[in-house]
Amino acid sequence: MLEDKDRIFTNLYGREDAGLKGAQARGDWDNTKDIIGKGRDWIIDEMKKSGLRGRGGAGFPTGMKWSFMPKEVKDRPHYLVVNADESEPGTCKDREIMRHDPHKLIEGCLIAGFAMQAHHAFIYIRGEFWDEGTAVVNAIKEARAAGLLGKNAAGSGWDFDITLHRGGGAYICGEETALLESLEGKKGQPRNKPPFPAAAGLYSCPTTINNVESIAVVPTILRRGAPWFAGLGKDEKNTGTKLFCLLGHINTPCVVEEEMGIPLRDLLEKHGGGVRGGWDNLLAVIPGGASCPVIPKSVCDTVLMDFDSLRAVQSGLGTAGVIVMDKSTDIVYAIARLAQFYMHESCGQCTPCREGTGWMWRVMTRMVKGQATIEEIDMLFDVTKEIEGHTICALGDAAAWPIQGLIRHFRPEMERRILEYRALAKAA
Amino acid sequence: MKKKLDLNASYQPDSFTFKDQKLVDEAIARYPQGRQMSAIMPLLDIAQRQVGEEGSKASPPYGGWIPRAAMDEIARIVDVAPMKVYEVATFYSMYNLAPVGKYLLQVCTTTPCWLCGSAKIVEAMEKNLGIHVGESTKDGLFSTMEVECLGACANAPMMQVNDDFYEDLTPETMNSLLDSLKKGVVPTPGPQNGRNKAEAVGGSCTLKKAG
Repeated sequence: MLEDKDRIFTNLYGREDAGLKGAQARGDWDNTKDIIGKGRDWIIDEMKKSGLRGRGGAGFPTGMKWSFMPKEVKDRPHYLVVNADESEPGTCKDREIMRHDPHKLIEGCLIAGFAMQAHHAFIYIRGEFWDEGTAVVNAIKEARAAGLLGKNAAGSGWDFDITLHRGGGAYICGEETALLESLEGKKGQPRNKPPFPAAAGLYSCPTTINNVESIAVVPTILRRGAPWFAGLGKDEKNTGTKLFCLLGHINTPCVVEEEMGIPLRDLLEKHGGGVRGGWDNLLAVIPGGASCPVIPKSVCDTVLMDFDSLRAVQSGLGTAGVIVMDKSTDIVYAIARLAQFYMHESCGQCTPCREGTGWMWRVMTRMVKGQATIEEIDMLFDVTKEIEGHTICALGDAAAWPIQGLIRHFRPEMERRILEYRALAKAA
Repeated sequence: MKKKLDLNASYQPDSFTFKDQKLVDEAIARYPQGRQMSAIMPLLDIAQRQVGEEGSKASPPYGGWIPRAAMDEIARIVDVAPMKVYEVATFYSMYNLAPVGKYLLQVCTTTPCWLCGSAKIVEAMEKNLGIHVGESTKDGLFSTMEVECLGACANAPMMQVNDDFYEDLTPETMNSLLDSLKKGVVPTPGPQNGRNKAEAVGGSCTLKKAG
C-alpha cells in the first residue's frame, strides 16, 4: 500500500482547511518562484521524465503534450484550459480536488501556463458542481489577493490569471474540442482534428487542454523531483499515484489515492472494504468509468490497475472510476442503462453516433428481457463496430465499448434470456 | 439535443432586464476583448438565477428558468443573432426553458447510482410527492426528473436539489428530506448517512496522521 508520505492529495477528505493558509501548511505555493525560475525547458523535461500520463482518460503523456505548443508566441496568445467537466459515470475524483485542495490546481495552472507561455488559463467545470466551482473561485480570489496570481504571479516575473467557466450539463463538453466550442459560447459539438488545439484551439489560438488531476499533481512532482514520481507505480510507462473512485457493490465506497498498478483485488479489499458478500460474490467490474469495457471476475482476480495492464485485457484505466457489480446485478440492464446514457449525451453531429446510440439502446432494452433473437447479438456487435471509429470524437467509441465488453464476456447470459423468453412465449 | 425548445411555455414575460448590471459586466470582462460570446453561458445562468430568486418569493412559488425575452436580451448584450443564444440554451440540459418548481429534484439513475438502489429512491420520491418522475407538483414546490451521472458516484445514490448535492440516500432519508423541504427548511447538503465526504464509512485507512 502507498505510504502516506508519498500521497499528493493530503486533504482528499476535506478534514483540513481548503483555503490558502491550509494549503500552504500542506506545502503548496512553497517557493513556486524557484520552480518557475528553472525555466520552461527544465519543467517540460522534468514532466517527461516523471512519466505522468494524462488523468482524464486517454492517458497521453502530459510532458509531451506540453511540448507540442509552439516554441515562440507569435501574433496569437497561448492558452491553458483545464478540463474539469467530470461527467464520466463512475468518476468523482476531480470534485474532491476542487473542493478540498483547489490551490494544488491553481499552482499547477501557473506552472503549466508558464511552461507553455500562456498568460491566461480557463478552468471549465461542469455546471452541476456549483459548490466545487465556488471553492475554486474563492481560491483564485485568495491567490490574487496574495499576489500568487495576476501581474508577476508569485514573484516569478510571469503575468498569469485564471477564469472559471461553468458548463451547462453536457457530457460531451468533456471532449476537448467540444469543450473549446462551449468555452467560446457555442453548442458543445466536437471539432474535426486536425488542426489540433496546440495549433488552433481556443479562439483559434494555440491551446493545451489538461485534466484537473494532471495539472494538480504538477507542483508536487516538480518539488519532489521526477525520479520520485517515476519510482512509484508499476513500470516506466505507468508511473506515480492515481486517484481511484471505488463504488458500486462494495462495503465502503470511497475515493482514494493509490499507486499506479495496484492489483484490483487489493484496491477493493484494502480501501473499498471488499466486495459485498465476499470476493466470490463478485460478478464483474467496469474498471475505468462507463466507457471502459466490463471485465468478469476471472480477470479481476489478477489484473493490475494501470493503463497497459487493463488495455491487455481489452479494457482500460480510463478515469479510474471502478464500478463493482456483485452477483445480484442484472448485468445486461447495467450496460443497457449506459447505452441510454450515451444516447442522451450524443451531441447529434455525426450520424453513426446520433442514430447508433439510440438504436443500440433500443436493442439493449429488448436484450434485457430476452425479447430478441440469437442472431441479433451478432448484429448488435457488428453495429458497435460500425459506430466505433466512424465519428468525429470518441463518444461513438465510448458508447460501443461497454456493449462489446458485455457480448465478449456475458454472451451466455444474453442467450439464456433469449431462450427463456422464447420458452415462456411458447408456453403461453 | 436534450429537450424540445418550448418557446410556447404557458407563461412568457414580455421583457427581461438584468437587475444587477455589475454581474453582467463582470461576466463579460472575464473573457478576452471581442470574445463576449463566451459570456452567453454565464449570462444564461445569471438570468435563470434571477428568475429563480423572484420565483422563490412568489405565490405559488417557482424555480429558475429562462424566458425567451431573457435570451433576446442576452443576444442584444453580446451582439449576436438571437438564434445563437437559443442554440446554446437548448443544447445544455441545465437551462430550463419552461417554468419549474421551486425545488428542482434531479435524481441520478445512471448505472453507478442504479447499482446502489436509485430505483428505490425514485419510487420513494414519487410516493411521497404523489406524482410521477418528470412531473411537477401543483403547488409549484417541486419539479422532478431523472438525470444522468452527476459526478458523485462514490456517494451513490444521490440527488441534486437546485445547487445542492444530497448523497448516500435511502428511501427513509429521501422522505425526511422531502418533508423538510415542504416545510421550507433546506437540510444540510452532503452525505445523509453521517459519513465524511467521499471518505470510506468508518474512516479511511489512509492519511492517518491528518486525521
